Amino acid sequence: MTRLYNGIVKENPVLVLLLGMCPALAVTTTAVNGLGMGIATTIVLILSNLILSLLRDYVPAEGRFPARILTLAALVSVAELVMEACCTSLYDALGVYLPLMVVNGLLLRDAETLEPGESALDGLGKGLGFTLALTVLGALRELLGSGTIFGAQALSNPIGIFAQPPGALLMLAFLIAVLNAADFGHKRRGWAFPSENPDEQEEGKQ
Amino acid sequence: MSTLAMIFIGAALVHNLVLTQFLGADSFFGVSGQVKASVVMGAAVMFLLTVVSAVASLFQDLLLTPLNLGFLRTFVFVLVTVILAWVVRKFLQECVPEANQALRLCYPYLLGNTAVLGVALTNAQSGYDFGQCVFSGFSAGLGYAVVLFLFACIRAQIREDDVPETLRGAPVVLLAAALMSIAFMGFANLS
Repeated sequence: MTRLYNGIVKENPVLVLLLGMCPALAVTTTAVNGLGMGIATTIVLILSNLILSLLRDYVPAEGRFPARILTLAALVSVAELVMEACCTSLYDALGVYLPLMVVNGLLLRDAETLEPGESALDGLGKGLGFTLALTVLGALRELLGSGTIFGAQALSNPIGIFAQPPGALLMLAFLIAVLNAADFGHKRRGWAFPSENPDEQEEGKQ
Repeated sequence: MSTLAMIFIGAALVHNLVLTQFLGADSFFGVSGQVKASVVMGAAVMFLLTVVSAVASLFQDLLLTPLNLGFLRTFVFVLVTVILAWVVRKFLQECVPEANQALRLCYPYLLGNTAVLGVALTNAQSGYDFGQCVFSGFSAGLGYAVVLFLFACIRAQIREDDVPETLRGAPVVLLAAALMSIAFMGFANLS
């Protein structure tokens, strides 16, 4: 339970850890795109965490990063084919950002030190947090930028800039500022340098 | 000649990797905290983009298209990208101690760089020939490096400013990037 809460609120990948910026900013032009990207990422994250934590006894420490990349590349290729077959319009909307999931900072984190069950749960929590952030970001941008919400007309005078790339940055800045003001994550959000985030440091990636 | 000019303007300015497509956004925000690291990172990504574009284009033209293996594209390109990034990292570590010092903590951003993989995938879909792929990779890399350096300078300035409590940290950095992105929208008329 704590793990789920942590993933969604305290360590929200986008709003607190600031990981996975690329899909979070690029595909959130509509709520549906954000939701679709979030769900796809969640499924891949849970599966990769599960597979890698089951394999952890057989993979030596220096082989972890290659093992993770290979697993992710295989899973994402499958996800791509499934999505192309099942929901073509979403597949077209996500475009190049779907295969780019492989190098999403969120999925490159090491979680195989955990027990398989815990690791999958950690993936579920982080994935849900990611989905939530992307959906909220997408819904707000869709509402302000194109005047619709999940495709339904809601606003008569949309502000075009929010549907454009700068709008993504503005909206994310605004969301994080609101969370900062409410002190929701009990943590100042920012890109520290050198990175304080253990999994962004060198050791895990060798 | 004019095609090449269009590719250059398109890849470096109009469709700037970071500011309009958000490819490499993680590395952009992660590395721009320090000017020195941003210069090394920009150069490394520029080199990597050129080489990866070339190799990926060869794989696409000689292997994937003739054998009808398009569905393996993601898998193959990921391997190409990560292996080449690893080679560049090894080179920096062994041969360029100064660069290694500056980039010490940023290697994950080099290995898991969405910009490099993104450009390889976009090139494959654009139908460019080999030379055009390489040139567009180089142009995109140049655009990335310049923007990264400029943004690192802006952030160095921000750090000395008195920013309101709520906006400190990520929000003010994102706002600065948003303004820069708006400025880059002005290039849209060039294409």
